[in-house]
Amino acid sequence: MSVGSSDGPLAGLRRPFEGPNTMGNTPGFWLGFVVAVAVLAALPVLFGYYAAEIGAVFLAYALLGVSLAFIWGYCGILSFGQVVFFGVGGYAFGVVAINVPTLTGATLGLLAAIAVSTCFAAALGYFMFYGGVRNVYVTILTLVVALVLYTFMGQTAGGEWAIGDARLGGFNGMSGVPDLGIGIGSTGLEIGIVAHYYVTLGALVATYLGLRALVNSHFGYAMVATREDESRTEMFGYNTTFIKFAAFTIGGAIAGLSGVLFTTQNNYIDPSVFGITAAALPVVWASVGGRTSLLGTVGAALAIQFLDYQLALSGSEWALVIIGSLLVFVVLVMPEGVAPRLRDIVVDYRSSEPTPADAPAGTEEVSD
Amino acid sequence: MAAPELLNLGFEFVEIFAFIVLATVGLAVIFGMMGIINLAHGEFILVGAYATSFAVAAGLPLAVAMAVGVVATAAFGLVLERFIIRRLYGRLLDSMVVTWGISLVMIQLTRIAFGNTAPGVGIPFGQLPVVDGPVYYLVLAVIAVGVLGGLYALFTWTDFGVRARATMQDEETARSMGVDTDRMYMATFAIGSGLAGLTGALYAPVMTVTPEYGTSFLVESFVAVVVGGSSVLLGTILASGFLGTVNAAFTNLAGTFMGQVAMLVAAIVAIRLMPDGITGLLSDLREKWGESE
Repeated sequence: MSVGSSDGPLAGLRRPFEGPNTMGNTPGFWLGFVVAVAVLAALPVLFGYYAAEIGAVFLAYALLGVSLAFIWGYCGILSFGQVVFFGVGGYAFGVVAINVPTLTGATLGLLAAIAVSTCFAAALGYFMFYGGVRNVYVTILTLVVALVLYTFMGQTAGGEWAIGDARLGGFNGMSGVPDLGIGIGSTGLEIGIVAHYYVTLGALVATYLGLRALVNSHFGYAMVATREDESRTEMFGYNTTFIKFAAFTIGGAIAGLSGVLFTTQNNYIDPSVFGITAAALPVVWASVGGRTSLLGTVGAALAIQFLDYQLALSGSEWALVIIGSLLVFVVLVMPEGVAPRLRDIVVDYRSSEPTPADAPAGTEEVSD
Repeated sequence: MAAPELLNLGFEFVEIFAFIVLATVGLAVIFGMMGIINLAHGEFILVGAYATSFAVAAGLPLAVAMAVGVVATAAFGLVLERFIIRRLYGRLLDSMVVTWGISLVMIQLTRIAFGNTAPGVGIPFGQLPVVDGPVYYLVLAVIAVGVLGGLYALFTWTDFGVRARATMQDEETARSMGVDTDRMYMATFAIGSGLAGLTGALYAPVMTVTPEYGTSFLVESFVAVVVGGSSVLLGTILASGFLGTVNAAFTNLAGTFMGQVAMLVAAIVAIRLMPDGITGLLSDLREKWGESE
């Protein structure tokens, strides 16, 4: 680690989050990071209620993107089915929170949704990794699971498809999902639109920092080793099957959380979250942003969804064409994604300059 | 007494078997021979269906219109191979991601260019006498078997087939023996695309052709490829037979939806037990027997 170049007073604070597996291990990076979070936090204040409403959805998507970047970029598991856990989390929250109408319901719903999506990811992961399914077959299976859930949820329109008071609703979706909240009975905190934005932002920042610490830990090194050469890692005595299983399950839990944040923002979820277009989006964000960069994926998710939203507002039908072309273009031209490429440019620029730690380079790296 | 039911079950099986074989075969050729997972497979099928629909609407006879669909898709595949796919040989995951991007673009472009449905095509040949269903499904089954036979002949008996397989097995050696490997990749991809186009053309009369038309083939085709394993033709036949049997039996017992569910459950169990597919298990067994002798 070359952090020693300029140890600020906060060096100790940064240390758990830094290491060779993440980009941005300099004070400049962290300064930029804090500024970026502050800007995101200021958006509802600057642009009001409506920005918070839209922004929270983008942030939930970014969290979904992070769940894929974590398992694909660091463990080499390309899942086309992150939306499975996203959707399962959303539906599970809806079922619990609709049946238990007070704040207890929202709290239980959150816990249940994360538990259900984690268990679902664990079950699927167990089936695949302990069954010896690998590489492309994992990718295909996860996609098939998403498409099957799409078909399955689509035919639940009838009244018999209800769990308690919660009707699954087929392609019309499940409506009337309550807001997020923490508490028991009617005492507690009800999370409204603006608060929801901050909760989502907080979840994203906390997940990002948590994953940074994780990938720079011993487990993270083992994940990367598994990605690089699975049989060699196994020869060294690591249980690569378990590593993949654990990483996949963690990814599923994060995707489930993002699904809850998405569903409670819209108070609604429908089977299109499992559809092939929705399933493609996390792959687009991670590919374009750079799957080995969690922050790159977040940036790409925010940028692409914002573009998509603007195009939809202007009544254009071209959003998917642009997103699809962008994906093809990035994979062909810079297979690693935008953020790793930017990092290389910054590193080249620094090594050619005699003064390494000047301010502009620091802020440039923030866009990683 | 049970004879009509048995006939129904048989017809159900034939219908589903033909569907899985035809949905899979184009994907299987491209994956098995070139190691490219074509996630735009559904949209290749879409090209075939649209070309056929519009050719029929323009007044061409159905058989000619279907030929137009096949040729159009093969040509489309050829162009795509030249400009995009050829950069992705040996990059399995990247090829999946890129073809998925292509798929997104094509679905939306189709919607923008042609609206939400293509002109309808009537079902030829009329109804069967005893079983409730059109004669056309039997024709589809015959064509499915014919396609498999034709591919087997093409890849084992012809000069082209031998060269193509040599290219896929060992490109360097094949090239030094004078095989134009570039052309072999191109031709194989075009054949796979043409087969996808054929599927789209054949099913244009029996399914409504919408921009999402290709997606309805995706699940069956991917499941069959995974269950079948790496040996393309045999794998497709065995997987289609296995999945078709399960699907037909449960469809007969509990309706179309349960048939679908049972087939997918069977597929997941099969993959859990045989991660390399049916043909992977077969070659393992063959090795084992070979050792013990």
